[in-house]
Amino acid sequence: MARRSLLVSLAALVVIGVGGAAAALAWHPALPPAERPAAASFDPALVKRGATLAALGNCAGCHSAPGRPPLAGGLPVETPFGAVYASNITPDTEAGIGHWSEAAFRRAMRDGVDRDGRNLYPAFPYNHYTLVTDDDDAALYAYLMTREAADSAVPSPALPFPLNVRAVMAGWNLLFFRPGTYAPDPARGPDWNRGAYLVEGLGHCGACHTPHGPLGEEKAGEHLAGGAAEGWTAYALNGASPAPVPWTVDAMALYLRHGWQAEHGVARGPMALVTANLGRVPEADARAMATYLVSLMGRGAEPAPPAAKPGLPPASAGSQVAVAAGNGRGAALYAGACASCHEAGRALPYGGLALALSTALHAPDPTNLVVVTLHGLAAPVGAGGPIMPGFAGALDDDDLAALLSYLRGDIAKAPAWPDLPATIRRVRARDATLVASDGTGTAPADPQVRIAR
Amino acid sequence: MTTITVNGSAHEVAVDPTTPLLYWLRDALGLNGAKYGCGLGQCGACTVVVEGEAVMSCVVPVVALDGKHVTTLEGLGTADAPGPLQRAFIDEQAAQCGFCIPGMIMRAEALLARRPDASDAEIRATLQTNLCRCGTHMRILKAVRRGADAMRAASPPAARPVRLGDAR
Repeated sequence: MARRSLLVSLAALVVIGVGGAAAALAWHPALPPAERPAAASFDPALVKRGATLAALGNCAGCHSAPGRPPLAGGLPVETPFGAVYASNITPDTEAGIGHWSEAAFRRAMRDGVDRDGRNLYPAFPYNHYTLVTDDDDAALYAYLMTREAADSAVPSPALPFPLNVRAVMAGWNLLFFRPGTYAPDPARGPDWNRGAYLVEGLGHCGACHTPHGPLGEEKAGEHLAGGAAEGWTAYALNGASPAPVPWTVDAMALYLRHGWQAEHGVARGPMALVTANLGRVPEADARAMATYLVSLMGRGAEPAPPAAKPGLPPASAGSQVAVAAGNGRGAALYAGACASCHEAGRALPYGGLALALSTALHAPDPTNLVVVTLHGLAAPVGAGGPIMPGFAGALDDDDLAALLSYLRGDIAKAPAWPDLPATIRRVRARDATLVASDGTGTAPADPQVRIAR
Repeated sequence: MTTITVNGSAHEVAVDPTTPLLYWLRDALGLNGAKYGCGLGQCGACTVVVEGEAVMSCVVPVVALDGKHVTTLEGLGTADAPGPLQRAFIDEQAAQCGFCIPGMIMRAEALLARRPDASDAEIRATLQTNLCRCGTHMRILKAVRRGADAMRAASPPAARPVRLGDAR
C-alpha cells in the first residue's frame, strides 16, 4: 500500500512537473491593441511585395471560404480531431486583425500565438511560417492591413477536451515545434537557398506532402515523403517521387506557375489552387522552388535521358482515334471510354495526357486516379483549362476496378494495388456529398473565382 | 451477349463492345435525340440517363451497360405528348439551333428526379457540363425552372413515382 501511494505520488509529481513546464511555455503576454493603421500609411511597393508573398503562402486557400468576403476566414480545416475554422485576417477591428500591431502579427507567424497570447492550432502552419524573415512578415502585414475589412465572425474550433484548451498546444510545441527563421546552407547556391526558404517556409509544402503522425505532426524522418490533402494524395517530393518521367527544374518551374506540364499532366484538387496562386509570383521564385525540390528528388538541373521516357502515341490531326482494344474487360472499357482523348496525341493542357506518363497511375496509392475517374476534372470557372468528364454515373464499382487495374498493369506496368476496390468504395461514398454540395467537387483554377462563388 | 434496356424495352447488343453507347442508340436503334457534339465528353450534347445518372453517351462503351436501364430524350414523351420538362422547353422557346437541348433536358431530368426541389443555383451548377453555342442559357434555365415547378405541382414529392430507370 505504501509502495503504491509512493508510485502515485511520483506519477503526480511528474505530471505536475511536465504540466508546469508546459504551462510556463504556454504563457505568452497579451500584446496591447494597436490603432488600426491607415491603408495609406503603407508603402505601395511593400504592399505589392506582400501580395506576392501571400500568393506564395496560399493564404487565401484557407482564409477565404465560399460565400464570404476574401480573407474573412470561416473555412473549416478538417483535422483528425475535429474542424478548426480559419481566422478572419482582414483588418476588421472586431472580427479580424485590425487591432494587431506588426509585432503581434510577426509573433503569430514566428511562434503560433495570437495577439491575446493564446496558442494557435497548428492547422495554421506556424511550424513553417516561423522560418519567414522579419522583412517578409512586414510585407505580408502591409498587404493584409490594406485589404478590405470584413466583419464576418468565425466559429470556434470543434475540438474535444483536452484539445479545446489552447494551452495544451504548448505541449505539442514542446514535442514538435522548433521556432526560428531560415538559416541558409552556405554549401548551396542562392537559387537553392531561396527555394528552400520558400518551400519550407511560406510555401508550407510539407503541410500536405509530408505524412502526419498520430498527433497531427509532420513525421520526423519522412520529410516530403508524400501525404494527403482534402481527400487527395499529395505525392512524394523526395527521392520516392512516383513521376514516371523524372522532374527537371525547367519542367517543375513551368508546372508550378501554369498548373500543367506536358510530360506530367495537370494540377487538380487542392494543388490547382496552389499553382493558380504561383502563377502570380516571379518566374525566378518558381524556378528557385523547382531547384530545391528537384534536388530533393536526387537530381540536378540536367534533363532526363530520353530513354527514360515511356513511349508516346503518334500525334493525330483530329479528335477521334480508333484504338485496337487489348484483351479483357478493362481494355475494352479503356478503348471506349478513355482512348478518344488520352490517345489522340493532342498537346496539353487541352489534350488528354498519354497515361503512360501519369503520376497517378504510378503512385503507390490509387486515390487520385479514383477521384479523377469518378468525378472528372471540372472546367475552371472563368478561365480556360483542361477538363475531363466524370464516370461515376457510367461505370459501376466492378467496371471501374477492371478499368483501373488495366491502366495500372498494362499501361503503367506496375504491380496491382491491393486496396483498389476498397478505395473505390471509400471515394465514391465520400465524394457523393462533396460533389452534391459544391456542384463541381473541384476548386477552380483561379482563387479569386473560388472566393466569389 | 450484352443486354441494355432503353426506355423500357430490352435490346440485345450486337456491336463491338467498345462501341460508344451514343453510336449504338443512333445507328442500331434509330434514337436520334442524343447528339454527337465533340465525341470527347466535353460538350454534353450526347447526355442520356443511365440508372438515374446523367452520362455522356459518347464516352461510355456498351460493354459497361450490360443489364442497365437507359433513358433517352425519346423516353420522356413524344412530339404529340411531350413530358413536363419537354413541355417547359417548348413553352419557354428555349431552343435556338436546338443541338444541345436534348442533353440539357436529360441532365436536368436526372437532377429533378433526384432533387425535385432543386434550387436555381443547383440547376446552374448541374448544367455547367453542358455547352450551348447559341447562348440561350437564360431561356434554358427558365425552362428547367418551369419544368421543375410543373412537375412538383403535378405530383407532390411524397406521391411521385420513380420516373427514371423505368423497371427499377
